[in-house]
Amino acid sequence: MEDKNLQSGTNLAASPTANWEPRIVAFLCNWCSYAGADLAGVSRFQYPPNIRIIRVPCSGRVSANMILDALKAGADGVLVSGCHPGDCHYISGNLHARRRFGLLKNFLEFLGIEPGRINFSWVSASEGEQFSEVVKKVTGRVKALGPTRRLVKEIRID
Amino acid sequence: MNPKGSVLVVGAGIAGVQAALDLADGGYYVHLVERRPAIGGGMSQLDKTFPTNDCSACILSPKLVECGRHLNINLLTLSELVSIDGEPGDFRAVVRQHPRYVDTGKCIACGLCAEKCPKKVKNEFNMGLSERKAAYLLYPQAVPLKYAIDSKNCIWLNKPGRCGACAKACPAGAINFDDAPKDHLLEVGAVVLAPGFSPFDPSALDFTGYGRVPNVVTSMEFERLLSPSGPCLGHMERTSDHKEPKRIAWLQCVGSRDINKACHGYCSSVCCMYAIKQAVIAKEHATGGGLSAHIFFMDMRTHGKGFEGYYNRAQTDGVVFHRSRVHSVIPGKDDNLIIRYADEHGKAAEEEFDLVVLSVGLELNRNAISLMDKLGVGFDSDGFIVTAPFAPVSTNRPGVFVCGAASEPKDIPQSVVEASAAALEAERLLAEARWSKTKTKEFPPERDVRPEPPRIGVFVCHCGINISSVVDVKAVTEYAKGLPNVVFAQDNLFTCSQDTINQMSETIRRERLNRVVVASCSPRTHEPLFQETLREAGINKYLFEMANIRDQDSWVHRDAPKMATLKAKDLVRMAVAKVRGDEPLPYNSVPVTRAALVVGAGVAGMTAALSLADQGFKVHLVERKDRLWGHARKFYRTWQGDEVRPYLEDMSRAIESHSKIELHLNTTIEDASGSVGQFKTSLSDGSLIEHGVAILAIGGESFKPRQGKWNYLYGRNPNVHTLLELDKRFIEGDQDLKGLGQAVFIHCVGSRVPERPYCSRVCCTHAIDQALKLKELNPEMDIFMLYRDIRTYGKRERLYQEARGKGIVFVRYDLEHLPEVRDEGGRLLVRAHDPVLDRYINLHPDLLVLASAVVPRDDMGRLSKLYKCAVGAEGFLLEAHMKLRPVDFATEGVYLAGLCHYPKPIDETIAQAKAAAARAAIVLSKEAVPAEGVTAQVNPAKCTGCAVCTQVCPYSAINIDPATAKAVVNVGLCKGCGACVASCRSDAASLKNLGNEQIMAAIEAATEDVVIGPEGLV
Repeated sequence: MEDKNLQSGTNLAASPTANWEPRIVAFLCNWCSYAGADLAGVSRFQYPPNIRIIRVPCSGRVSANMILDALKAGADGVLVSGCHPGDCHYISGNLHARRRFGLLKNFLEFLGIEPGRINFSWVSASEGEQFSEVVKKVTGRVKALGPTRRLVKEIRID
Repeated sequence: MNPKGSVLVVGAGIAGVQAALDLADGGYYVHLVERRPAIGGGMSQLDKTFPTNDCSACILSPKLVECGRHLNINLLTLSELVSIDGEPGDFRAVVRQHPRYVDTGKCIACGLCAEKCPKKVKNEFNMGLSERKAAYLLYPQAVPLKYAIDSKNCIWLNKPGRCGACAKACPAGAINFDDAPKDHLLEVGAVVLAPGFSPFDPSALDFTGYGRVPNVVTSMEFERLLSPSGPCLGHMERTSDHKEPKRIAWLQCVGSRDINKACHGYCSSVCCMYAIKQAVIAKEHATGGGLSAHIFFMDMRTHGKGFEGYYNRAQTDGVVFHRSRVHSVIPGKDDNLIIRYADEHGKAAEEEFDLVVLSVGLELNRNAISLMDKLGVGFDSDGFIVTAPFAPVSTNRPGVFVCGAASEPKDIPQSVVEASAAALEAERLLAEARWSKTKTKEFPPERDVRPEPPRIGVFVCHCGINISSVVDVKAVTEYAKGLPNVVFAQDNLFTCSQDTINQMSETIRRERLNRVVVASCSPRTHEPLFQETLREAGINKYLFEMANIRDQDSWVHRDAPKMATLKAKDLVRMAVAKVRGDEPLPYNSVPVTRAALVVGAGVAGMTAALSLADQGFKVHLVERKDRLWGHARKFYRTWQGDEVRPYLEDMSRAIESHSKIELHLNTTIEDASGSVGQFKTSLSDGSLIEHGVAILAIGGESFKPRQGKWNYLYGRNPNVHTLLELDKRFIEGDQDLKGLGQAVFIHCVGSRVPERPYCSRVCCTHAIDQALKLKELNPEMDIFMLYRDIRTYGKRERLYQEARGKGIVFVRYDLEHLPEVRDEGGRLLVRAHDPVLDRYINLHPDLLVLASAVVPRDDMGRLSKLYKCAVGAEGFLLEAHMKLRPVDFATEGVYLAGLCHYPKPIDETIAQAKAAAARAAIVLSKEAVPAEGVTAQVNPAKCTGCAVCTQVCPYSAINIDPATAKAVVNVGLCKGCGACVASCRSDAASLKNLGNEQIMAAIEAATEDVVIGPEGLV
């Protein structure tokens, strides 16, 4: 069953490289989702360690450029999470974010970015468990897609 | 006598917390006393709050944290007031603090004590539905975030030497079994009581089955069952078999509106709304959405702002409402329950449910009764603290004020209003002593680091073993040393302990650090502490970042230490990348013009003006008409029976003779500009007023149904009146009223109808009080009330009971069966359907009274635009937050009170006006107010003047300058959300220290170590 906290597209199957772990960049708003992530910690809800959280004042601060930049820099997935509609600390920022995200998602699909790579969710400050569930789902989804293949700026070989 | 500049606040629920914050921000030192080990009260136990469905903990937590950190609030938890003597302005209070057995200076809230504690007891925070340990944290977001040991259940404290597991486990050595009670002698100028409520205990009501039959729970227990931090983590379960309930019933008025011995006669005001909210939320929670929710009620009381709309939505969403009387709850099979009830027509029926929720009422906090008695404050017959209609937060003991549910059952916004009003009363009493007891922090001058190359210091925390048991802290520290511009890195056992803080300050000076990263817990709790350390070390506080390697790393990746260490290194690298670009930011402030503008001179405006002027602030009171009093001029008496006129006359005298009040009658507002601290308003008399704050108290109108569906011959037959027109006859002492044989009242005329879908709140009480007055004049008069739901909330229920006792007949109607009114040769005929008899009745009244709606003023929009305030869907002014900021606007420095906010009676208007004055005094009491440091800026060279940013800004803080056609930011209004930055098409808008380059640097650092082989690229 689809989690109502999570809005994303379908999974495209890909064969992940052995031992490969995806890297996911998450933009969390300071007032709800970042606090929800803290609560997941306080409550010790475990989730996969692939996520790197960047704290922003509001999901409305997240521009299309930031999501594209993450993909370009080599992130295999992106998560943007804000307050539930109506709960935004800055009144309406999360609604702008939702609109902007919808537009960008269509555009990225057009470019051939698999829909499951970028994800949007609402997590409130009291939803620690939901936060861990969202991270589990997003990580699973990105893992199934395999390493990011498009937009990557450079190839680095160690 | 010189009054004392400190105030004692008793009880730290939402009311006490709000009063403490208003007082402390307004220049008084506050001792906040709380019986429990943490503050937050009843609100902290709620899951969601109506009518916005906000998460209760989310909106409450920031206030609690603010209270906990406030330099001028002395938090005394596990404490109780023992005695108080003295006089207003100069009290001596004794407060006894019970031992916590945990040193709060050392406790790091890691939870090891609770983990190791072998003693399990019922968790009272979860209403006994789960267990906690004897060493415990009251709830996850507790303030102070410190554990406590409960002496009743602790094994060691009862048999020393027998256990001590917590002391062995505690990595900080915080357990202190020798802790003892302490008595504090406090000198205070005033006392604010906010002891709160206890939920009614339904054990004695055997018809409910509570305590005897499984799966009957109280509403408070159900809140915990719904809560994500409750006993079943928000996966709604019933208590007997942990199955998800599919059919839930709510029984209203359990213990309220019931004159049986074990119950209360008053209405508890909040239960209708919380039951609807619980039904709506439970339906949302239910797997597959298949929950059947039924509410059994007598009258549906959704009389607050946004409540009626919520009720209507719940009906549309399938919540089933039964207007009924419940006879009994009896056990069925499989732990189910059968409810036997009589419907409105008196027919008996039965329905089966999986779970029954009792909507229990509110009573005065049981733990507070003896204390209140000792303080000498008076109680009313319902057991609440007694107040007066024109002094709604004053007790009968001078200098002692009360707020919240202790004086009458009430909801959160009304409690918050009263809390601010109680703060106002204390401030007014102690105006000369403002700022005399408060502390201010002094910092050394700051070094200008801009010419220096970045010298970054990284402090990595073990947090005892909270981080280091999973993350290799030493390896992270070594890794940090190798990052570009990092000149210093060190690991600490507890970075937040006082000695480490002092040491950090020294290190910053010694190593000439100009950027600092702390890798430890969450910036939400600890950033202010470390930022203060930077200031103490003489550098700007904005040159700081945190890497959250505990809450978002070690605690959530317990089984993957290698990956967690890798993640910690990444997080440190990201923080270093971000801090490298941080610039020192100014601590912006705006000087305050110490004068207030109050718009509207009705009861709200007059009260607000006097409340501020009495504290010595200059007030401009602007009224468009040629006289004071507003709508109150037309009121006869309050529901408590006090005539309004004498009170208004007293206020007029006070206003007209007040040296600090400048009255502008026959004057309107022409234009306004500026922001908090610095408003400029031009008036129609040509004058220009400079003021720091504005209070909008512009009132409302009474609906006159001159035509249309709700006309009922109003304006066409001389015997048809509105409520206010009948009041006028009472005021004039009209003797003709005595001769009337029959009177009919029609309720909800123009309220609760499709074109005005809100309840006008005041009319039920007003109409019933008028009916009683008519009965006083002529006890033989026949009186019929045609109503939809009687909404005599709180203690007003007494009037309803009295009216029924005196033989006034109540006949319910609904929108499908509206009463009809005809003129039969000058004689009125009222025809109505009686649902109990299920037939039509004909009445021939000598007087027909229409309880017509209170409607918003039609010029509200113009004034609200001038001061950048919002107007809600119902046409009333919209406050910043329905629950917790009921008198503020989203625009700082502008406040509201009275009918322009929502229909309300005089006592609530007075409380709200005082609350608005208290909020305004916070600004007026200061030379300057701080402005947001992280604000937007626009590079004019890049700006194309497209104006998208002006549309997305929720605070109207960004405008296009007509002269240059470029966007300009008003720093006083900007809150730093960044919506403009994200929407700027030409990269001209930027947020200080959160600019695109800096976030991009963090993004790139987040993926820097990712190895991408050729197979990774198509």
